[in-house]
Amino acid sequence: MTQSNRISGGQIDRGQTLRFTFDGQGFTGHPGDTLASALLANGVRLMGRSFKYHRPRGPLTAGSEEPNALVELRSGARREPNTRATVAELFDGLEATSQNRWPSLRFDAMAVNDRLSSFFAAGFYYKTFMWPRSFWEKLYEPIIRRAAGLGSVSREEDPDLYDKGFLHCDLLVIGAGPAGLMAALTAGRAGARVILADEDFRMGGRLNAETFTIGQVAGADWAAGVVTELATMPNVRLMPRTTVIGAFDHGIHGAVERLGDHLAEPAAGKPRQILWRIYARRSVLAGGATERPIAFENNDRPGIMLAGAMRAYANRWAVTAGQRVAVFTNNDDGLRTAADLRAKGVDLVEVIDSRKGDMIVDSRGRLGLKSVTVQDSKGQRRDITVDALAVSGGWNPNVNLYSHHRARPVWDDTIVAFVPGADGPPGLTVAGAAAGVLSTHGALRTGRDAAIAALGLTGAAPDLPEAEDATPRITPLWHVPQGKGRAWIDQQNDVTVKDVKLAAQENFISVEHLKRYTTLGMATDQGKTGNVLGLAVMAELTGRSIPQTGTTIYRPPYTPVAMGTLAGRSRGAEFKPVRMTPSHHWAREQCAVFVEVGNWLRTQWVPKDGETEWRQSVDREVLATRRSVGICDVTTLGKIDIQGTDAGAFLDRVYANTFSTLKVGKCRYGLMLREDGLVYDDGTTARLAEHEYVMTTTTANAVGVFRHLEFCRQCLWPDMDVQLISTTEAWAQFSVAGPNARNLLEKIVDQDISDAAFPYMGAGNVTVCGGLRARLFRISFSGELAFEIAVPTRYGDALLREMLARGAEYDPVVYGTEALGVMRVEKGHVAGGELNGQSTALNMGLGKMVSQKKDSIGRVLSTREGLTDPEGYRLVGVRPVDPAARLTAGSHFLDIGAAAVAANDAGWLTSKVYSPHIGSDIALGYLKAGAGRIGQRMRAVNLLAGQDTEVEIVSPHFFDPEGERLRG
Amino acid sequence: MAEILQAMTALGAHGPARVAVGPLSITERVDLALASVAERRGRGADLVGAASPAGLPLPGPARYQAGTPFGTFWVAPGMWFAEAPFASHEWIADQLRAALGDAASITEQTDAWVIFDLVVVGEGVGLASLLERLCNVDFPAAPDGFATRTVMDHLGIYLIRQGAGAARIYGPRSSAQSLLHALEAAARAVW
Repeated sequence: MTQSNRISGGQIDRGQTLRFTFDGQGFTGHPGDTLASALLANGVRLMGRSFKYHRPRGPLTAGSEEPNALVELRSGARREPNTRATVAELFDGLEATSQNRWPSLRFDAMAVNDRLSSFFAAGFYYKTFMWPRSFWEKLYEPIIRRAAGLGSVSREEDPDLYDKGFLHCDLLVIGAGPAGLMAALTAGRAGARVILADEDFRMGGRLNAETFTIGQVAGADWAAGVVTELATMPNVRLMPRTTVIGAFDHGIHGAVERLGDHLAEPAAGKPRQILWRIYARRSVLAGGATERPIAFENNDRPGIMLAGAMRAYANRWAVTAGQRVAVFTNNDDGLRTAADLRAKGVDLVEVIDSRKGDMIVDSRGRLGLKSVTVQDSKGQRRDITVDALAVSGGWNPNVNLYSHHRARPVWDDTIVAFVPGADGPPGLTVAGAAAGVLSTHGALRTGRDAAIAALGLTGAAPDLPEAEDATPRITPLWHVPQGKGRAWIDQQNDVTVKDVKLAAQENFISVEHLKRYTTLGMATDQGKTGNVLGLAVMAELTGRSIPQTGTTIYRPPYTPVAMGTLAGRSRGAEFKPVRMTPSHHWAREQCAVFVEVGNWLRTQWVPKDGETEWRQSVDREVLATRRSVGICDVTTLGKIDIQGTDAGAFLDRVYANTFSTLKVGKCRYGLMLREDGLVYDDGTTARLAEHEYVMTTTTANAVGVFRHLEFCRQCLWPDMDVQLISTTEAWAQFSVAGPNARNLLEKIVDQDISDAAFPYMGAGNVTVCGGLRARLFRISFSGELAFEIAVPTRYGDALLREMLARGAEYDPVVYGTEALGVMRVEKGHVAGGELNGQSTALNMGLGKMVSQKKDSIGRVLSTREGLTDPEGYRLVGVRPVDPAARLTAGSHFLDIGAAAVAANDAGWLTSKVYSPHIGSDIALGYLKAGAGRIGQRMRAVNLLAGQDTEVEIVSPHFFDPEGERLRG
Repeated sequence: MAEILQAMTALGAHGPARVAVGPLSITERVDLALASVAERRGRGADLVGAASPAGLPLPGPARYQAGTPFGTFWVAPGMWFAEAPFASHEWIADQLRAALGDAASITEQTDAWVIFDLVVVGEGVGLASLLERLCNVDFPAAPDGFATRTVMDHLGIYLIRQGAGAARIYGPRSSAQSLLHALEAAARAVW
């Protein structure tokens, strides 16, 4: 098809031809075109179907406010629905497909909805599909969603990259029209760091769409000249194709830069888009204004578009929207379209100016405009044959970003629109059309003044070039009262004047109710063309003024943002960084199975040849450790270095038990409570010197405990002499456990570690392998004779290999977190399942650890009545009566014969493992009055797993209850 | 001292990593020892008195200061990180303790961190275009010797500006691979 509607002039590069397809049909355009301008140039007006009634639609606008011309761009995994054809930059090979139609755009079976429109008025679903209730979710809603909708997603993984970034500037200028360019020029010449962002690929704003001159040159040329000058300034960053999507706190703005959307696909390794966080000392909003339509019967046909858009297509893109064109306006700006089109040689049939009492009352043309019906001031009607109609109902300043902090715009009667008030985001000023200053001269002036004021500039500012300074003249006309049919207000959501009337009639007169009841202003365009029109109609219907009726809340983002852009790099395997333990590389060599613990990858178990099932590996690791010796990487436990002359007193306050009395060279198990008396964390803390302790925390709470201690140090007790620093990553730490633990370590540690020299709970600095500095702790989580040995992290891998090599005669096993868990449950030690944030020391059987001889965080509140109930939960051990029966963590305790209802619930299983020593599942649990129920039989019931197992309540210490092994 | 156990770098190798992307080179530094120096309460004057003869600068907030043998940067009120050549200062904590006595709390930090030196060659290129994709530091506006705590790829790091085209990064050692990947990926997106 030829570009039959292409006219002279424009800012397109006719020297190059770009090929593209729409619904499979091939077309051509030029660099500088949008998809919409190129389609219009080729005589294609029908670009989409409406949301609800599947009405044929063409572009209403030439910008990001477009409600109608939504298409699916690209194909395969890169297919993107709901792309506005009006801002999609044309590239060679572009593929576009219409959406929300079946089987084709020209013949859409769902257009039957339009015939049934009386059934689809606002609130129809809610009133109609009420019965039976269960049908809503299962039947009605899916059908409605299928019938009414926008585009569809590809359901494939997005193949593109997305970056995030951070920028800083003295002045962020949002919008590069005359006001924004002048603000950037003023600030840039003054040496300020400026960012100028514009959503368009060509800076200049309306200057590119108008025929005005600035000074002696065309406006578009003046804009290009300013952009050229700004580009030479090292202190100015020009960001075309960048939409500032939100104004957030403290001068922070969100912006989406589209680096690859105008290419067939982004360059390899390069992001498609970048989500920028811009830190601006000051900002100038120069985002322009959006034209609004006038509602009249059948005002939504392809070929009917906003007057400013039609002018933009003619002037910027050298496209006429039709061969016979009329203009319908209530203001002088609409007359500019008539003048410009006429100057371009377009057949301008008639100007219908509502201020003279003339109205358009109807239109015809199934898939595109064929004629309109005009009614003059005397009531005479006549049809005129046109294939395009330009409509102007006035201009609404784009106050969105100004209102992102909930500032309410104020009504300006002179331009008949909302304009920014005085309570916008701190540091943000508004200039140009966005401020309601609609002349070019006014835009230049307010842009310059905004920059001067924002930065407190005192030097010479750029001269203001000569430019048109017309006073806007408008007589409001929101909707043409004549006509019984539907007059569209919000074309994207198919909201008509009738819908607003219905809402008013049913007392949904608040703008927020109006929005929810009719869907006015929802979806991708967020009502940029329809909102003010809708609330003006509501104001008329309710006899209130427009400002009294008010606006809905403006929220970010200003225009739709792809989900991938919000995710950035944090997706898939890169969702979060990984932490690797010192033994990670050794474990990988052994084909170990890893488990995520926060960001850590810990060894879960290390399968040996022939082991096909995880339990085989775990049972072997447990048995081997208890038989001889096992090694486990415990680096992930938090380590906090606590120094200072008050370190002991500090620990006494943060731990429930006492540490100031701990002797140098010893360590102790500590229990940390929260302010509310519940247990926060546990671990061992060693005293390495008079004023030096090293605390260990659980892996999960390593960061939290450190933060808590810093809070205590800095905020609660700033007078204490305490210094803290995390050393979690500085030391590779291994647990060496089992009857041969000492024998193995004697081959590694240079000092005497006999029971006499290094007794149970001993701790201190040692050297290993002939002089390497190390730390040794004689502590045990497994219940075995055990040590934890630490060396600087870089030596961790070598130490592990050295221990395995030197201790080979003891057949050492490396065990993972599963075996660790089995052994701690066998020993009755609490861990994550018990340290659940809801439990007290008393619940855990550790009540005596809360020292009453000193004060500590949580001590007082741990004595609350509700927490000290003697019949409350106590930690117990659990075994199935039938050793072959399976237990499940989370199962609830019930008495034999009791109904499985909440009233009979006596507690729950917190942790469950299979004990190869006992030969059955074993578990820990919290049982009401549990200490007195040892030996009793109950049931462990899990309704989700369908389990009801008879169990015996036993001591939580399944293995070596007297602790003889660990003291060995 | 002869190496008793063979050291492994944070990236699981036996030598430092070197990566080049466009004009950027990323060099892992395994030849630096590091310790924290935290002033004991009320002992500021004693610390200052002992630090100078020990060759330990104590710069103000957000600053790195080179010295011999210690280069130091401020990390918190009354707290610094001191770096020195690993070959001569593997026992950096003991060495500092000996010099500073009980005026400060010293903690070895050498292996808590992975260190990357970022250098961009070429006039006017600089590191700003890379770092703006990684952290919210206003690198172009920062002076040389600027030292700050920031976040890259969800990881808390220290960033020291050594010039418009040079910076040192201290990142958590266990996440060295993730951090290097983030640096490389960002660099490939820029260059």
